[in-house]
Amino acid sequence: MARVEKLECRECGRTYEAAPIYVCDFCFAPLEPVYDYGTIAGRMSRESIKAGPESIWRYVDLLPVDSETPRIDIGAGFTPLLKADRLGKALGIDNLYIKNDTANPTHSFKDRVVSVALTVARQMGFDTVACASTGNLANAVAAHAARAGLRSFVFIPANLEQNKIVTTAIYGGNVIAVDGNYDHVNKLCSEIAQKGEWGFVNVNLRPFYSEGSKTLAFEVTEQLGWQAPDHVVVPVASGSLLTKFRKGLEELHKVGITDAAPHTKVHAAQALGCSPVVTAIKSGVDTIRPVRPDTIAKSLAIGNPADGYYAVSAVNDTGGMGEDVTDEEIVSAIRLLASTEGVFAETAGGVTIGALKKMAESGAFKPGESVVALITGMGLKTAEALTGRVGPNVHISGDLEKFEEEMRLLSAYE
Amino acid sequence: MKIPTQLRTLSGGQAELSVDGASDLRELLGKIKAEHPDLTDRLLDDNGEIRRFVNIYVGEEDVRFLEGLDTKVEDGNLVSILPAVAGG
Repeated sequence: MARVEKLECRECGRTYEAAPIYVCDFCFAPLEPVYDYGTIAGRMSRESIKAGPESIWRYVDLLPVDSETPRIDIGAGFTPLLKADRLGKALGIDNLYIKNDTANPTHSFKDRVVSVALTVARQMGFDTVACASTGNLANAVAAHAARAGLRSFVFIPANLEQNKIVTTAIYGGNVIAVDGNYDHVNKLCSEIAQKGEWGFVNVNLRPFYSEGSKTLAFEVTEQLGWQAPDHVVVPVASGSLLTKFRKGLEELHKVGITDAAPHTKVHAAQALGCSPVVTAIKSGVDTIRPVRPDTIAKSLAIGNPADGYYAVSAVNDTGGMGEDVTDEEIVSAIRLLASTEGVFAETAGGVTIGALKKMAESGAFKPGESVVALITGMGLKTAEALTGRVGPNVHISGDLEKFEEEMRLLSAYE
Repeated sequence: MKIPTQLRTLSGGQAELSVDGASDLRELLGKIKAEHPDLTDRLLDDNGEIRRFVNIYVGEEDVRFLEGLDTKVEDGNLVSILPAVAGG
């Protein structure tokens, strides 16, 4: 049975059949799947969710896949929500949680969207899938395509972190390195996607793909005992995750899973070297001025964010705020998170924690309010950002006397 | 100018339109408007600005990084229109 009958334009409301199309023919605005929430409310309950698998597929009723399509699944989702008391103490937040999405199969939240997108690609009969990626999406597409036996083409900026290239190429699909930044890669991919022969997860499958991000909101709410958090801090690249997180909270209420309408303040985090969304929030305008990215947070380096406008609206509508951080602050925040909570985040996680710190300092969080920070990718992927910053405390020859001498020196410094 | 599939019903089915003698993008679109008024309406809003979800490129560069509608065009330049895409 088809869960999604049609797609609807976010701007003008024109509807289209549920097919691999991604923008409204009329105004070029994004398309959203249309669900029958009444029917979903009838079959979805806290109990039905609890009886489901420990993955994103426990929320299948709110995902845009047909019920009979076999899912392409390597275990995305249901990642830990950690109460972060030590980090909270360092930042002056008394009820802080870390959503640790580094625990996904390819170590970023992109496994959520790709598991959904490739399931839909198979449903639509594509034998080849593709994406434009800053790395995390590349990993997830290559891995899920391998699992499903689909041919894959992953397009990346040629200057991507070495680890993200290795962790894509290992799955055996085609990796196409393109000169230029992510926005240039995207342009090429939208031209290829015009031919319509491949399922591009973030182009012609975008209306379906991006729905996978809602599962982060579903999980956080379930893990908080079916309470939406008071605050969430979301790293922003294209703006899709932030927009869909909010949509997920709203849907849970629409289908009667949560009692209260969501009150969550949604906050945006960006790197100063690529902050078109935060700049718009801070200057109180809803037009996004594209920028040329220059930041170590490459997974957030999208200078012309497709959902930027909607991200700005979601932040403003919920009473959230936006903060941006320097590369130096990103590295400090990665170290702070690792040394207080044992979670090693990629640069985007440094952006989230760095922005969280600034928001806390500005008094955004009242005592007792629950604050959730989304850590969307793991640190080994961007280990280059830490080159020369962390390493052994001491280097000795292997004899005991030397060691004890060093220890005496160390304690003398303390 | 390359026309995306979404807009080809408005360009008489043509994937490319050739325009002679325009010195900047505004002038180029003006010349296209004379032949295909519905097409340019989709690209520009009521104030004559490029619509929010439309990206226009001269060569490889988004004109928002150049001079917008005042971006110069020369003989042989390829102008493309592309919808924005999501990221990752």
